Amino acid sequence: MSLKGIIWRRFKKNSLAVMGAAVVLALVLAAVLAPLISPYTPTQIDIDHVIAPPSWRHPFGTDELGRDVLSRMIWGSRISLSVGFIAMGIAVLIGILVGSIAGFYGGKVDSVLMRFVDIMLSFPTFILILAVIAIIPPSIFTIMAVIGVTGWMDVARLVRAEFLTLKQRDFVLASKSAGANSFRLIFREILPNALSPVFVAATLGVAGAILTESALSFLGIGVQPPTPSWGNILAAGKDNIETAWWLSFYPGLAILITVLSYNLVGEGLRDALDPRLWEAERHN
Amino acid sequence: MFGFIGKRLFQMVPILLGITVITFAVVHLAPGNPVEVQTAMSLKTSAEAQANLKKLYGLDKPLTTQYVDWLGRFAKLDFGKSFTDGRDVLEKISERIPVTLTINVLSLILILIAALPIGIISATKRYSLFDKISTVLVFIGFSTPTFWLALLLMIFFGVQLGVLPISGIQSIDVSGLGPLGRLADWGRHLILPVFVSGFGGIAGLSRYSRSSMLEAIRQDYVRTARAKGLPEGQVIWRHALRNALLPIVTIIGLSVPGLIGGSVIFETIFSIPGMGQLYYQSIMSRDYPTIMGILVIFAVLTQIGNLIADISYGLVDPRIRLGGAR
Repeated sequence: MSLKGIIWRRFKKNSLAVMGAAVVLALVLAAVLAPLISPYTPTQIDIDHVIAPPSWRHPFGTDELGRDVLSRMIWGSRISLSVGFIAMGIAVLIGILVGSIAGFYGGKVDSVLMRFVDIMLSFPTFILILAVIAIIPPSIFTIMAVIGVTGWMDVARLVRAEFLTLKQRDFVLASKSAGANSFRLIFREILPNALSPVFVAATLGVAGAILTESALSFLGIGVQPPTPSWGNILAAGKDNIETAWWLSFYPGLAILITVLSYNLVGEGLRDALDPRLWEAERHN
Repeated sequence: MFGFIGKRLFQMVPILLGITVITFAVVHLAPGNPVEVQTAMSLKTSAEAQANLKKLYGLDKPLTTQYVDWLGRFAKLDFGKSFTDGRDVLEKISERIPVTLTINVLSLILILIAALPIGIISATKRYSLFDKISTVLVFIGFSTPTFWLALLLMIFFGVQLGVLPISGIQSIDVSGLGPLGRLADWGRHLILPVFVSGFGGIAGLSRYSRSSMLEAIRQDYVRTARAKGLPEGQVIWRHALRNALLPIVTIIGLSVPGLIGGSVIFETIFSIPGMGQLYYQSIMSRDYPTIMGILVIFAVLTQIGNLIADISYGLVDPRIRLGGAR
């Protein structure tokens, strides 16, 4: 059986992870199909139902301007998911670059780069993100960039660790003695074999990025209204905390379910990709 | 041991320097300088006044000179004056540190009290109902946005039941209370913030102590202890637990940045006058001296957390201290 086949079979056995994957798929579908499935447009105002509790007309209620919360959440999922994916993409790219260079070249290059990682890690990430947002005006794009630029350190460490062991392996040494240059060794020989921990980190990272975006939007320095995002609907929930529980409850639940699903998929991937656990299984 | 601590302190120097470089770079390389921000509100500020302000902040000098000057003042704990009210940044920060530290220490204690038993019981009774339920709860705990949890608790305990206060750290009528009454009032205000700020940590640490304990139980000396007929309780609590605690000690030190990052969110939600709220306010008003001061202090606190983790690890594990293992 192929390696992919083994991994897929192991992943399927983990029912929680499969459930998570199904939810992730459903969310992506909902985000893509937002114009078709949301009952109202996200900015449509129902003037007779301002801050209305959940009803048949508005299943998740309406906000302080009479906008339908369910529709805003469906449209908001586009923001949350795209911020999650793109921020993580940026982080993974930087992490792979820094990690593979540090791991491949070793020595001075390695110690300088890893010291830099240490320094970046000594800022509480969220605090650093806030500082940058204070200076650059917040928009969806700056948020994606900032979350990505402050979130690559774990990936860099993982990739570096893989490179340190892989570069000593026979297939790399063989390729090297056959005259392959560093570029080929890094990107064609070693990197493809170093990626499995990156997949796991990336999946968990999407979850982290979604949480960060929603926290920023909740604080009013993320995605700016009237563009709906789960975080800024929650901010409205805080302003109406005495009267409208539904403004707080549903968007937060959506964040919880989304983040939980990504975490479950990530953990499932981790187990499926870990060869040590394959061994353990054979012995059982 | 002192050699170990000294070496560790020495290693911190380049990192601390790096922290100041990044802080300086973040604030100064960004488009728009502090003077423009400060004068943006009043459009009539003349070019001359702007130049004066620039001179005042030393912005007319090259960046490297600015950095060295700033670092020199920083070393003397002179963080400059706040843009918003002209007060000393150090003074503004130091009057807010106690609240933030108190809440963080209390939530760290809460995390330990709650998470260690959960993790240890899950590990010793692996695959039991308790283990399965706590695993699911831990996953949910990981994924819960704490600001949402805070809102829900405020709605439930504050608005619906009306039993807990939802903002500030003291009631308006607090001056009428005796010392004990004041303490109780203060405690009531802290229940929700401490719980919210510790919540994520409980999930993380219980997961971590579970796997650490599982690792310890698998070791040969545990098998030996069992083989020589020690009662199970003694095997777990004396032999396995001690070794399982080693990596846990590290994680506690490393949880400092998370707690600090969280304090911005929960202090803002619960209107607690701490460092987190001050940071948020300075972000909103672009008060650069305060932002830079707090940023460096937070990063230094993170370093101290790491240091404590390493030192306590060295204390409990002679291999680390004597430099044999690493």
